[in-house]
Amino acid sequence: MSNSDLKTKLKLATVWLDGCSGCHMSFLDLDERILEIAEYVDLVYSPIVDAKIYPGEVDLALVEGAVASVDDELKIKKVRAHTKFLIAMGDCAVTANVPSMRNPIGPQAILKRAYLENASLQQQIPTIVVPKLLKVVRPIHEFVKVDLYLPGCPPSADTFYKTLKALIAGETPDISAMTRFGA
Amino acid sequence: MNLEELQQIASGVHNENLLFDFEVNVCQGTGCLSQHSDDIKAALEAALAASGKKALIRRTGCMGLCAAGPLVLIEPDAQLLQHVTVKHADAVINSLGATPVAELQCDLRQHFDDQDHVVLENSGRIDPEKIDEYIARDGYQGLVMALTDMRPADVIKQITESGLRGRGGGGYPTGLKWGMVAKAQSETKYVICNGDEGDPGAFMDRSGLESDPQRVIEGMAIAAYAVGASKGYIYVRAEYPLAVSRLTVSLREARRRGLLGNNICGTPFNFDIEIRLGAGAFVCGEETALIASIEGLRGTPRVRPPYPAASGLWGKPTLINNVETFANVPTILRKGGAWFAAIGTAKSKGTKVFALTGKIRNTGLVEVPMGMPLRQIVEGIGGGVPEGRTFKAVQTGGPSGGCIPAELLDIEVSYESLIQAGSMMGSGGMIVMDDTSCMVNVAKFFMEFCMTESCGKCIPCRAGTVQMHTLLTRICDGSGTMDDLDLLVDLCSTVKEASLCGLGQTAPNPVLSTLRYFKQEYMDHIVNKRCTAGVCNINHAAEVIA
Amino acid sequence: MSAATEIKTLIIDGKDVSARPDQTILDVARENGINIPTLCHLDGLSDVGACRLCLIEIKGQNRLLPACVARVEEGMEVTTTSERIARHRRTILELLFAERNHICAVCVANGNCELQALAQQLGLTHVRFPYRNPALAVDASHERFTCDHNRCILCTRCVRVCAEIEGAHVWDVEGRGADCKVITDLAQPWGDKNSSCTKCGKCVQVCPTGALYEKGKVGVEHPKRPDFLPYLNLMREAQ
Repeated sequence: MSNSDLKTKLKLATVWLDGCSGCHMSFLDLDERILEIAEYVDLVYSPIVDAKIYPGEVDLALVEGAVASVDDELKIKKVRAHTKFLIAMGDCAVTANVPSMRNPIGPQAILKRAYLENASLQQQIPTIVVPKLLKVVRPIHEFVKVDLYLPGCPPSADTFYKTLKALIAGETPDISAMTRFGA
Repeated sequence: MNLEELQQIASGVHNENLLFDFEVNVCQGTGCLSQHSDDIKAALEAALAASGKKALIRRTGCMGLCAAGPLVLIEPDAQLLQHVTVKHADAVINSLGATPVAELQCDLRQHFDDQDHVVLENSGRIDPEKIDEYIARDGYQGLVMALTDMRPADVIKQITESGLRGRGGGGYPTGLKWGMVAKAQSETKYVICNGDEGDPGAFMDRSGLESDPQRVIEGMAIAAYAVGASKGYIYVRAEYPLAVSRLTVSLREARRRGLLGNNICGTPFNFDIEIRLGAGAFVCGEETALIASIEGLRGTPRVRPPYPAASGLWGKPTLINNVETFANVPTILRKGGAWFAAIGTAKSKGTKVFALTGKIRNTGLVEVPMGMPLRQIVEGIGGGVPEGRTFKAVQTGGPSGGCIPAELLDIEVSYESLIQAGSMMGSGGMIVMDDTSCMVNVAKFFMEFCMTESCGKCIPCRAGTVQMHTLLTRICDGSGTMDDLDLLVDLCSTVKEASLCGLGQTAPNPVLSTLRYFKQEYMDHIVNKRCTAGVCNINHAAEVIA
Repeated sequence: MSAATEIKTLIIDGKDVSARPDQTILDVARENGINIPTLCHLDGLSDVGACRLCLIEIKGQNRLLPACVARVEEGMEVTTTSERIARHRRTILELLFAERNHICAVCVANGNCELQALAQQLGLTHVRFPYRNPALAVDASHERFTCDHNRCILCTRCVRVCAEIEGAHVWDVEGRGADCKVITDLAQPWGDKNSSCTKCGKCVQVCPTGALYEKGKVGVEHPKRPDFLPYLNLMREAQ
């Protein structure tokens, strides 16, 4: 990707699927460097901005979290359809990480534990509002094409900074030099 | 024992046979036994006793045409009876010297005429448990000649001249292998016969051991003399109980005749054989895993070199050959290497036994000269696919091999041409498939086999076969994508090039060969979501929701 | 010329190097500062050539050879990194990550894991294969150590160190193919009162991942120290 014309800023989105939001926190750890990034990008969709609908055309999306529910699956497919360059942000998006720890035992056991055994009031598994869980939690690239993988739990603010700067400059960042699984 | 004594034994058998007007050979191979041919033999004996005719009712090994079993062969007029049952016993005995039983006649001349029996020359002709019958058909002449007239180097020279190559699948020149073990410096050396036949659809070795065990024993003894070994092991699958019991009897018989043991033929040559049972692991057919298994260790292969010829069983130089390889040896010694080399093609000499199975009329065991066109084996000897179906492919080489499509049926059967066609000779399994077979599903079947049979030692094979199977399963159930196919091809290359032993290195072959010739079927599953053969259950259901 | 002075010369990655005839290509490469990735190999233990990460190319041979067991030969031209080899190495790591539940973020060995480090070193940023997520047990019956099969890559270092160095042969492998599992004794709990474990902890120190670990220690507190092995062997030889 390149963005030679600085007057048209890149449209950046961040998406939160099944993750702990730690990647978003780490992203915010960019601190004052956010201002520098903001010179090149407009944050058009994110858990930290007001927009509720994913815009029609996004240049760059950072996706946190694994695909664990029907809702996640719909979301990631929609994001992919409207995004030029999709980045799997953090281990949950890249490997399914902690959310996938339920895979060997299955969703029923998890639901039972959370809503029946550990609930002191109104012990029942919710059927409305809460989206249906998929049988297996999987990384996002098993559902859609991913353009760049940013492993780390979470990837450091430095990693975000260098990666975004490289992408803005139209370069390919050397991910393994910056981060790894579990970093 | 010397040649005269062998001849005395032989003429003893011939004279005994002269007392009978007829010989009634009843197949007691595993195939016919499964249809109670032992009861048929008993019924024939009872009927014979009642009739007062003079006939020899003989238990024999496999006659080859398993599809027509239970089989009975009546000599001297070479009448082959098929689908014989206990009910037919009286009719068969009554027909001796009278009109043959019309309903039982098996008239498949072409099936037998196109074959050339070297390894199978005694199969279905002798009682496998009677060493004298083997001797009466020139058995043990090779060993006696070798021990009395030849130096070990002369024996190896004959084998080298014959051009015999390993029949277990690898096709390594046997003479070269023997030479290497002979040259290795060691007080102790071993000879191992690999009877751990595990390919799906293969039963050449089982049949050989059941039908003519003495031939393998003689071959091993000749090899032991040539390389300087005094101890041999036959590693045979425990799933072959009949082969094991016939071998046990045969070893005892050979010792009784002084053809195993100390000072064989009055020479300083000592040799004896022990049977070792495999516990069912396919990978134990790989030579280093087999050796580990004999040593009592986990049956896992190790990195070669060193090859067993330098450091094998218990670290000693070891010659390891397949059942069929050893079975060729006695005839080569008796008739000479040049005779053997005259059969076959430039680089693939002699004959090869194949187990014809699958969608083919004449299921069974056949032995043909190398170089015979595949078409002649499938359509001529095999009788082609059943009525109303069309031939699609023939799978050779077991799980390590590949599928050869109809357009390549005219290639000749040799080590080189089969490899060129993306398959391999393998041990000799030949599975014929017709239009009711889905080639993606076939690849998945073989992958499942490799996955289950992987020993788990090296990562590419242990984890790679599992992933290949997962990807193939996706394609079969209609959820596969073109990315999955690319990933599968990529993984094939790693498993092929990075695996430790032959099992892993060849595990991707069924995928690669079906992709080479039947890519359209893969595309049908992935793009059109349909299985043209109607085998795969294409699943349109979305992700299963909790 | 006596055997002790016989020297072979060969070329590794374009560099002229010399070696004793009994040396492996891996030994010689490392002596000369050329890094070849390994997982099952460990200095001081016998080699099994099972992880296949150390595969190298030899000029004139199409077959790839494991550097940990392949002996040097006069005039050999060795290539330790090529696009072909790099691709196989990454694929092998991917297969390992997908095989069991390697969840780096919550693993005791996070930051001290050879598998994790190799993934980074070889530029692996994601796994293309579906994760298998098998249900595997954790054996925490031992008073000092834990065995977590979720993290095991079946390198068999524990098996070899216990049999070859400690001489106890507590560890071995059961099952076949993907069902393989390291076991203690005859698949008895590690902490069984009749266990033959000497509690020496060598297996824990040589384990490249978080499969074997000391109780109560996590992450940065848990660097593995397998480097005791060559010294131990040297001291034993000296005796």
